[in-house]
Amino acid sequence: MSTPKTRRKKINTEKEENLAGYVFVAPMLIGLLILTIIPTVITFILSFTEWSFIAHLDKIKFVGLKNFGKLLDDPVFLTSFKNNLILLLAVPVQLLIGLVFAVIIDKYVYFKSVFKVVFFMPYISSIVAVAIVFQLLFQPSYGPVNQTLRAVGISDPPKWLADLHYALPSVMIIMVWVGIGFSLVVYLAALQSISKDLYESAEIDGAGFRTKFWKITFPLVSPTTFFLLITGLISSFKSFDIIKVLTGGGPSYSTSVITYYLYTTAFENLKTGYASSIALFLFGCVMLITVIQLYGQNKWVNY
Amino acid sequence: MKKSLDLGKIALTLLMTVLGIAFLLPFLWMISASFKPEIDVFKYPIEWIPRHWQVYKNYSKVWFEETPFYLYYWNTIKVSVLTTLLSLTVSSMAAYAFGLIYFKGKNFLFVLVLMTFMIPNYSIMVPQFMIFKWLHLFDSHLGLILLGSFSALGTFMLRQFFMGLQKDCLDAARIDGAGQPTLFLRVAVPLVRPALVTYAILRFIWTWNDYANPLIFLRSRNLETIQLAIQKFASESGVFYSLTMAGAVSAIIPLIIIFILAQKQVIEGIALGGVKG
Repeated sequence: MSTPKTRRKKINTEKEENLAGYVFVAPMLIGLLILTIIPTVITFILSFTEWSFIAHLDKIKFVGLKNFGKLLDDPVFLTSFKNNLILLLAVPVQLLIGLVFAVIIDKYVYFKSVFKVVFFMPYISSIVAVAIVFQLLFQPSYGPVNQTLRAVGISDPPKWLADLHYALPSVMIIMVWVGIGFSLVVYLAALQSISKDLYESAEIDGAGFRTKFWKITFPLVSPTTFFLLITGLISSFKSFDIIKVLTGGGPSYSTSVITYYLYTTAFENLKTGYASSIALFLFGCVMLITVIQLYGQNKWVNY
Repeated sequence: MKKSLDLGKIALTLLMTVLGIAFLLPFLWMISASFKPEIDVFKYPIEWIPRHWQVYKNYSKVWFEETPFYLYYWNTIKVSVLTTLLSLTVSSMAAYAFGLIYFKGKNFLFVLVLMTFMIPNYSIMVPQFMIFKWLHLFDSHLGLILLGSFSALGTFMLRQFFMGLQKDCLDAARIDGAGQPTLFLRVAVPLVRPALVTYAILRFIWTWNDYANPLIFLRSRNLETIQLAIQKFASESGVFYSLTMAGAVSAIIPLIIIFILAQKQVIEGIALGGVKG
């Protein structure tokens, strides 16, 4: 079929396609190489060392797994990790409220788009501004929240962010408030893709609101729930801004999380090696959730 | 039957309205506090509508006296706009290649890009910091812009749109002798413009709201972005809560304007991409 001439032309276009492909992906790949891939390798190497980045490179001391052993004995690290695990509980709460609001807004209210915008507002606002506002709202003695509580007869309201036992729940309340808009919007998109016929035929069979919700809506949004759960867990593990601005990890580490401890270890205490092993641990946690996602996708989800 | 259903709908609308207002109370309180003289901020019962107004004084103090907010605004606009433009260019080029060009090693490279997506940025901040020191990108806006511009998320989101293009259009142009650069710029990019706009808006919002990167990669006060500036202002100015709130309102206002103007794109983009990055 192919004469030498057309073959040469084919080879030429193939070469051209290859070249074009590499040229088009080159900027992204170079960027990722320098800003993500090389740093990942460096983090991995540094996690086995004792070093501070203000010292010279020849001061690097390889200590094997010592840093990781130290992590297990480090009360601040263990508290931070435990707090991360507790904060994960905010994710299902946020999903549940998001789903309920989405179902109501999708079908049972007027002015749908207004509600969508209202509940989405905290999500697009900056976490820094939000955290500063909540600091004042939760102020123990003259903050509006406690003044209101006192006005309705609670004489000894919690000290919220300043109280060892209430600080973490307060952070969770704010996280749920910020995150509802996100799950709401994703759920709304999922609800709109469910066929109306299903509900109509269920109604003919005499199904009420509850049956329709549990037998149709809930199973059909399960992929969305799973997706939101995974992304929620991952972003919860990575939350830093809110802790840094709102509480600075306090009082006495009651709200410290891995990212915050990593930040203080690396940039305030300048322990680069130790910070890198914390970084690797964080990476491991996120990887674990991702692996659960890959494995669980086929297993637990109705598509 | 129909009528009673509507009554239910009205009732639920009212209920959700009450919930919605309660949901927005922190914002309403923030705005109202930013309009008041300091002494009225914590007055109880809360004066939602200030009895004494002090708008001009509060805001002009924050913008031009206590802190040069005009400067932080300019810094943030500069960084956000340039990050968005660079990210859009880099991501759409990569997305086009991964979606529509057939080249050797494509799948391997795409998997590589996807894998970087799983790496939490906090895990690599220390080496990034060191590399930036060596490259003299530390404490510069250029460094900050580069940090925000290479995200696998953009490539991933946009690739789906390029793949969804009608092949006929591209083939027709190819037969007319168009090379890949022409195909990309003249045919593909104009066709996926809505997706590019959506991604650009999201990238702008994320960059505007970014706090961790400026915190770690900037040192000079005159380079600070607005998130960093209001946080420092809040912890340094101590008791001037009305001014702090004026700063917080100033930080959020541009986002609210963008959100109201481009509501559909923002919400659809979030629902579609479904990830914060």
